Amino acid sequence: MSLASIIKSKLVPAELSEQIDRIRKPIGSLGYDPWGYNNEAIKYGLSLTKQIYEKYFRVQASGIEKIPADGPVLIIANHSGQLPIDGLLIGYALAARKENPRIPRAMIERFFPTVPYLGNLLNEVGAVLGDPVNCAKMLANGEAVIVFPEGVRGSGKLYQDRYQLKRFGNGFMHLAMKYKAPVVPVGVVGCEETIPAIANIKPLAKALGVPYAPVALPVVLPAKVHLNIGDPMYFDDLEIPEEKVTDRVEQVKAEISKLIDKGLSERKRLF
Amino acid sequence: MNEQHRPRILVTGAAGALAQQVIDRLRDHCDLVAVDFREQVYLGDDIPSYCIDFNKRVFEDLFRRYRFDGVIHLGRIMSSQLTRMRRYNANVLGTQKLLDLSHKYGIKRVVVLSTFHVYGAVAYNPALIDEEAPLKGVGLSADLVDSVELENLANIYLWRYPELNITIIRPCNIVGPGVRNSISTLLASERAPVLAGFSPMMQFIHIDDMADAIVLAYNKPKRGVFNVAPEDWVAYQHALRLCGCNRLLIPSIPPVLPKLILSTLNLRSFPSYLMHFFKYPVVIDGRAFAREFGFKPRRPLKEIFRFYRENKKPV
Repeated sequence: MSLASIIKSKLVPAELSEQIDRIRKPIGSLGYDPWGYNNEAIKYGLSLTKQIYEKYFRVQASGIEKIPADGPVLIIANHSGQLPIDGLLIGYALAARKENPRIPRAMIERFFPTVPYLGNLLNEVGAVLGDPVNCAKMLANGEAVIVFPEGVRGSGKLYQDRYQLKRFGNGFMHLAMKYKAPVVPVGVVGCEETIPAIANIKPLAKALGVPYAPVALPVVLPAKVHLNIGDPMYFDDLEIPEEKVTDRVEQVKAEISKLIDKGLSERKRLF
Repeated sequence: MNEQHRPRILVTGAAGALAQQVIDRLRDHCDLVAVDFREQVYLGDDIPSYCIDFNKRVFEDLFRRYRFDGVIHLGRIMSSQLTRMRRYNANVLGTQKLLDLSHKYGIKRVVVLSTFHVYGAVAYNPALIDEEAPLKGVGLSADLVDSVELENLANIYLWRYPELNITIIRPCNIVGPGVRNSISTLLASERAPVLAGFSPMMQFIHIDDMADAIVLAYNKPKRGVFNVAPEDWVAYQHALRLCGCNRLLIPSIPPVLPKLILSTLNLRSFPSYLMHFFKYPVVIDGRAFAREFGFKPRRPLKEIFRFYRENKKPV
């Protein structure tokens, strides 16, 4: 037994490893897919996330079984908390569900690929550059894709604006219609409290080439996270004007808003 | 191409390993004439072989003498060879001359070899790039201008002279025995540079599969631009590990630093203007070609890398 496989057996529970191998991914002969997802890296990623998910954020997910077992699907959620922790937790919840687990792909900010080490690491665990072409090709491959239509507007917002939904982009709706992918709304509660930011230093962000530079404690607080998954929403692919598309986006946004309210009312305490 | 008449084909770039593979596949059914800018190669008594600069007038004599049916244009001077100016003359002006003569002498089929480098390695590249994607190669470096210009030119001829039946093929990294391009040199070396923290996804096609693809393309007169790549992917640093290469870490930030280091080192296999290709992925979608021409690569990545691993120390 090589050193690598001994370390792996200690870090990755056999059960999780089998669970991942059971999920059929369209990968090549060396375990990679075109976006850099790697079947071995994801095992380490999920083993680590398991600890974070269960012990640190003590995530409570309800309705995860509503995400379809196969075929293209767009998982649409509110974005919050400076770091993409919300995407990670939704991804784990779906990968770890008992019946029909799936490894979803998360669309990430355009600056990540330029960051050494981190960019590749994110790709290996399934995150993908947030480009419409990428999303389209993945839906065509029948993948489950996590999208935060608020983008940096959502993740970079300040603590005083918590749980207020920012403007949603329309891109995801066009893709959902084109690829006949159901939209599953998700309300995330708790991530706003993980890294509460009181201000955003815009000139610093510009100088560093990052989307925002929050003034916050340099720790991730162990807030309890609630994930509420709504029923899949289906939209037809008729040619409709952009304002009608915006209406459909608003429907999804309203649904997410309801799910957030549900999460907030369920929440007993912040931590 | 009727039954009695053996098709007569001009193959350029005859000194390269790829052209020789293509010639081997075609020589039984076709009359071939081989040319190369660089050197005259002996390909057997049945194949006339010339060393000719396409921009010289004697090149036309070949068309007068042999009355070709088709042209397979593989003769590109790679970006790691010669100066920018000489490369431009050979690749762009030479190709223009070749296409003009093809038009003048009524050639019915032209296959032009391009490269995936034309897409350019940009941080915002999506994966599985389609043929319609913009060619951003020039934005990265003036050293890739000739590659993109060659394509543009071939594209103009493709639409202006439909009777030429031009097919442009853009392969991913061509590797395997005898291939002398920069990526093949890297995989064959003991030590290969990597940019710290960057291991982009890459695609590799075995030279034998590539030769099969060119022959398939030639035999079906379907005009257009096609990517050629197998449906298999690997991260650059993983590929180096499988080839038994030690990695030589080059600091990657700030971006001027690796550029400075690479231009000082001046490695033929890792030129500074190709740096971005080792930083950001250029993953192309080869499915249109596979579908249209019934192409299925047969050599898996593991076999390709085993060849490089086992041939580290040539006898």
